Amino acid sequence: MKRLVLIFFLALAGPLLAEEDVVAGLSQDRIDITANFDGSDILIYGAVKRDAPVPGGTMDVIITLEGPGEAEVVRRKARVFGLWINTDKVVIDRAPSFYAVATTGAFSDIISDTEDLRHAISIPRAIRSVGAPHTIQDAPAFTEALIRIREARHLYSLEQYAVRLTEQTLFRADFDLPANLVEGNYKTRIFLLRDKRVVNLYEKTIFVRKVGLERWLFNLSRQQPAAYGLLALVIAALAGWGASAGFRLLRR
Amino acid sequence: MQFYLPIAEVSVNAFVLFGLGGIVGILSGLFGVGGGFIITPLLFFIGIPPTVAVATGANQVVASSVSGVLAHLKRKTVDIRMGTVLLAGGMAGSASGIWLFNYLSRMGQIDLTVQLAYVLFLGTVGAMMLQESLRALRRSKNAAPIKRHQHMWVHKLPFKMKFRTSGLYISVIPPLLVGFFVGVLAAVMGVGGGFLMVPAMIYILGMPTKVVVGTSLFQIIFVAAFTTFMHAWTNQSVDLMLALMLILGGVIGAQIGAQLALRLRAEHLRVLLALLVLSVAGKLAYDLLVQPDDLYSIAVGGRA
Repeated sequence: MKRLVLIFFLALAGPLLAEEDVVAGLSQDRIDITANFDGSDILIYGAVKRDAPVPGGTMDVIITLEGPGEAEVVRRKARVFGLWINTDKVVIDRAPSFYAVATTGAFSDIISDTEDLRHAISIPRAIRSVGAPHTIQDAPAFTEALIRIREARHLYSLEQYAVRLTEQTLFRADFDLPANLVEGNYKTRIFLLRDKRVVNLYEKTIFVRKVGLERWLFNLSRQQPAAYGLLALVIAALAGWGASAGFRLLRR
Repeated sequence: MQFYLPIAEVSVNAFVLFGLGGIVGILSGLFGVGGGFIITPLLFFIGIPPTVAVATGANQVVASSVSGVLAHLKRKTVDIRMGTVLLAGGMAGSASGIWLFNYLSRMGQIDLTVQLAYVLFLGTVGAMMLQESLRALRRSKNAAPIKRHQHMWVHKLPFKMKFRTSGLYISVIPPLLVGFFVGVLAAVMGVGGGFLMVPAMIYILGMPTKVVVGTSLFQIIFVAAFTTFMHAWTNQSVDLMLALMLILGGVIGAQIGAQLALRLRAEHLRVLLALLVLSVAGKLAYDLLVQPDDLYSIAVGGRA
């Protein structure tokens, strides 16, 4: 009986375990935001491990790098009494603070819509927007605006043909992380695709943290806002006093 | 050299901040104002979120006013009694201002309110100063004496009090109201209100010009300190790293400004200040009246 169960599970697991597995590495799995943080590069590389010879057909790779997500409010201006004023707003349930996609080919050629939907890979799919108020007819325009604004700030990007795949086995892609990075856990996903379907998925987390002075100041401002406020005032008063004393010395 | 600001969560060039602080310091040294009314819009322009710009601007005003008041105390040109009365009004105004700021933040109209307030006050004060200083310039050429109005409606109100340094015996109501009004603006706009306080003290309260700047700075210290503290406490939007760089630049700039002030004529200085104030107002009015490049924006503080 035991044997039967084992065979049953092995048979079941067989196709899932796929013959092709991702073995991957990151140039760094931890990024420290220091006072002089000026963006960072990340190299994501790896290989496809196979038990059998390379199957026929072509293989593609999509790599995504996703920052911590949060609800965002997108506002739209309209002209009221001659002034441009924020009038409409849509709450987007969850949008990553950073999202980069790199592929080996043209996005729509290498993955089907259903797979994109299931794994939330493309930029619009990675943003979750459930409902907009009834008063707003064109809610998708707000999501598009969010993407457009973040693309302009290099926070969202789709780089087609940016993953280099050698001999159907080795792959690598470079990601540029901008200087205006939010701290949190960044999720890396590597998808192996055949016939527009995902055959293997590998995930790893990169930790982005403020460190040193940045960490200390941020924590203080959140945990002890009163002490932080007083510190700001003491620094300002000392600087003002120091300046006045310094000027007097210089004039002598 | 890029610096990552822990609260604003943006990376900015340290030299740009030193430069901004320096420019504001020069203006502050030249004209005797805190300089908050110019630093806050400049911070908007370089991409600091408005809430952080307003709160951190107030922090910088504290530093420059402390420095200024110390200089004036030496010359005995601070009316501490008048300053305290203005302050009492200022505190109440500042508290209402913070409440108004938070309320408008929730309404999503904070950008509009701050911008409208700027355009309105910078425009009015700039135009008034320009007119007044041009007239003074013309008059100084003809060398005619300036007559100050001695008895106005202000002097008929009850609750009179003696302000020895200013040589005044007037009701406490007008200074309280002036203080309150400036306090509200300080909280909403992130400014100390010197550019409003100074003309109000001269033209409404009838104080002698030599004690006006020091007394204005004296009460600005406390109003700006209170504003900074409340923003740090309720909005957690004071960025110490940003403040530090602005203050350092401002300190050096103030020295240069003070030196420049000795070489320029007072009327010329006032004309320049008026033009500067008007150009900032013009830029902000342009933004409100001309269709923006992108109608959509992501709310600041959507993450918090």
